Amino acid sequence: MSEAVLVAEAIDKTFGAVTAAQDVSVAVPKGAIWSLIGSNGAGKTTFVNMVTGYIKPDKGHILFEGDDITKLSPREITRLGIRRSFQIPQLCAELSVLDNMLVSLSINDTEAPSYWRDARTRNDVDRAMDILQRFQIADYSDRLMGELPAGVRKLLDIAMAISGAPKVMLLDEPTSGVAAEEKFPIMDLVMEVLSAADVTILFVEHDMDIVTRYSQRVLAFYDGQIIANDAPDEVLSDEAVQRYVTGTAK
Amino acid sequence: MELLAFILVDGLIYGAWLFIVSVGLTLVFGVLNILNLAHGSLYAIGAYATASAVGAYFALGGDIFPLGSYVAMIAGAALVALVLGPLLERGLLRHFYDRDHVIVVLVTYGVFLILEDVMKLIWGVTPLFVSEPYSLLGNVELGPLFYVTYDFLVIAVAIIVGLAVWFVLNRTRRGKVVLAVIHDREMSQTMGVNVDRVFMVSFMIGVFLAALGGALTAPMISVSPGIGVNVIIIAFAVVIIGGLGSIEGAAIGALFVGIARAASVHLLPEAELFIIYLVMAAVLVFRPEGLFQKVQARKI
Amino acid sequence: MLRSVPAACAAALAALIAIGFLLPEWAMFLTTMAFAKGLVALGLVCLMRAGLVSFGQGLYFCVGAYVSGLMANWTGISDIFLLSVLGILAAGIVAAIFGPLLATYRGIFFAMLTLSLSMILYGTLSKMTVLGGTDGLNVAAPTFLGYAPEGRALGFALYLFTCVVVVVTGGLTRVFFNSEHGLIALAIRDNELRVEYLGASVRTEIAVSYAVAAVLAGIGGVIAGLAIGHVDPEFSYWTTSGEFVFVAILSGYFSIGAVFISSILLELVRSFSNLYFPNTWQLSLGIFLLVVILLLPNGLGSLLSKLKRKERRT
Repeated sequence: MSEAVLVAEAIDKTFGAVTAAQDVSVAVPKGAIWSLIGSNGAGKTTFVNMVTGYIKPDKGHILFEGDDITKLSPREITRLGIRRSFQIPQLCAELSVLDNMLVSLSINDTEAPSYWRDARTRNDVDRAMDILQRFQIADYSDRLMGELPAGVRKLLDIAMAISGAPKVMLLDEPTSGVAAEEKFPIMDLVMEVLSAADVTILFVEHDMDIVTRYSQRVLAFYDGQIIANDAPDEVLSDEAVQRYVTGTAK
Repeated sequence: MELLAFILVDGLIYGAWLFIVSVGLTLVFGVLNILNLAHGSLYAIGAYATASAVGAYFALGGDIFPLGSYVAMIAGAALVALVLGPLLERGLLRHFYDRDHVIVVLVTYGVFLILEDVMKLIWGVTPLFVSEPYSLLGNVELGPLFYVTYDFLVIAVAIIVGLAVWFVLNRTRRGKVVLAVIHDREMSQTMGVNVDRVFMVSFMIGVFLAALGGALTAPMISVSPGIGVNVIIIAFAVVIIGGLGSIEGAAIGALFVGIARAASVHLLPEAELFIIYLVMAAVLVFRPEGLFQKVQARKI
Repeated sequence: MLRSVPAACAAALAALIAIGFLLPEWAMFLTTMAFAKGLVALGLVCLMRAGLVSFGQGLYFCVGAYVSGLMANWTGISDIFLLSVLGILAAGIVAAIFGPLLATYRGIFFAMLTLSLSMILYGTLSKMTVLGGTDGLNVAAPTFLGYAPEGRALGFALYLFTCVVVVVTGGLTRVFFNSEHGLIALAIRDNELRVEYLGASVRTEIAVSYAVAAVLAGIGGVIAGLAIGHVDPEFSYWTTSGEFVFVAILSGYFSIGAVFISSILLELVRSFSNLYFPNTWQLSLGIFLLVVILLLPNGLGSLLSKLKRKERRT
């Protein structure tokens, strides 16, 4: 069994009367592709938010490659190699698709961003278009966010996160808001790009077809706890999961 | 010991004036979420309106009942509110509600610029004096010092205004509707509240209170162009200190600033002008939501 | 269209110098003042590109003016280059102190905090009789690397100096706007959260933009003080800051030339209003501002960039 790259130890988190996490512990091995399922409010997004530093757990630790990252800021965690995409794509609405990509490249280049070097050099633009090409959204390069179909927005959001060569990638509902016939193509594309770099992937999903097709293991959340941690078929046929998550209990 | 008494009385008088001048600003922010930079101009127009109203009153034979000039003052302020309130809110500001808050502030800045010159065009640039109401109530002796009774009238008006606003907001049905809009605009709308009307009425009351402040002040000063320019910035400070949108905050903030300034005048005159902004900056740094939290400060 | 920034700067400078020979004295003074204030507005544009509006740039305008004025009066330093450096240093130091703190605020609260800082300076200076109180101080005429002109020659020398400063800072700012940090600033304006999640420090970017704005305002203040020959606390009053915001709103944040053109427009409206319709210049300004906000939400400069985008598409 390969070494755990991401470890959560006894995480607790409450928001007033709501328990978002209760003694959550999990160890994700390197290179794993896992999914997180659970109904709304079960704690999956809170988990993602805590791992990426947006909120801090009340108790417990989060370890990345052995180091404690519990108290770090989102920016520091990003720089360590943990990146995320957003359920509602977080894009810069007044910048073109190409400019969005260039921002991501500027920040994530091996050289620090410059105060005088042009952001749109031939080289940078080519690299940005390259990435857009791989995600098959290069045709939209000069459009603004408002002109993009939902699937393209999602792909751009994910592309911006991935362009930083992450070690761990958290995808928050990568196919939500996307037309049914686009879901598989989008996931195929994303997985193809990510697998080329041996990235550990965690994705939050409500669509069980996506879950079964793409993940090796499923974490089922309910009421702030992980009630199942197993291969997709086992988890989806688990009684508790059927009652509390998928709603398919007999 | 005597010094302390002077500071308290001066502070109370100045604080009362500050409250009347600032409460309209905080009300408008609380309900409409607008930081009205033209508030000072409305104050000034109130002062000019009083000058005209009182002047007309005495010219039309008001000498037989001089106290009636006070009614003329209030009537002047009310007229300003009835005319400018709907004109500004419905005619202008409404078009910018969907934009960034800073844009709305800039619009009110444009209104400020326009009103400053409108005042000059209507009333000219020579200072106007309307001192009869000030001396009407005579003087009162407090220890070794004489105070003009009118100053205490200002305190009385401040208390009445404060209690009235509090009462209407907390004890009447209409007031509770306004509180609901302050608390959650969208929710109130879905509950069937006519938010448009609430906005307009609240804005009109804000204008009235600003004009009232000017009206009360007119007999104490020479009414001339630019009196509003300084007032707006002081009102801002009071409102920030007390908490944007909070009436109680405006009262406590006004009292606090009033006493701070009185203390400064008596003890450290060099600080008189900047003490208020120092307190404002300190509040913004340490407790941005003000003394009475109503609005969350946007901080990272 | 001149592609390279240095070429555009050289052309602009040449044009301005040529025009300078033709301008009557009052026009030259007006342009100098408009440029000085335009520098402050340019700084505001830098901040606006990061999503913030400062209502207190008068603080640095005043710091620059007073520091250079006081240095000239007290130490006899009259060289304009030296005084400018001193003004820049003073503005920079103040910005280094307050910038990081301010960089944690946004929207109205940022605006109010900057406003209160400028008013604190106003209040302090107004009461300091040693610095002239509300009357302010007269400032001796500057010298230019040993050259001590008077009369019309002084006006021309100041105009020239200002044009050089404008062209150089304009060029540097354009390079900054085009740079990677410039693009990141625009992204911050749009979606701060995303930029943090990409790994950049929003707070640092904003602090830098704020420092740039402060330094630009400082230079503007130095020039304005020397051009008028007088400095007073009004430089830090909120209405002064308001005028800078007005110019920045009018010009928008895409074109640097638009900033200085807007500033000249403002000065022209002010001068002609004062001459022919004495009580209407604020009225005109106010109406102007409302029209711009209503019709041109991104300022005059955005007209230019809209035209450019149309060119690229077709």
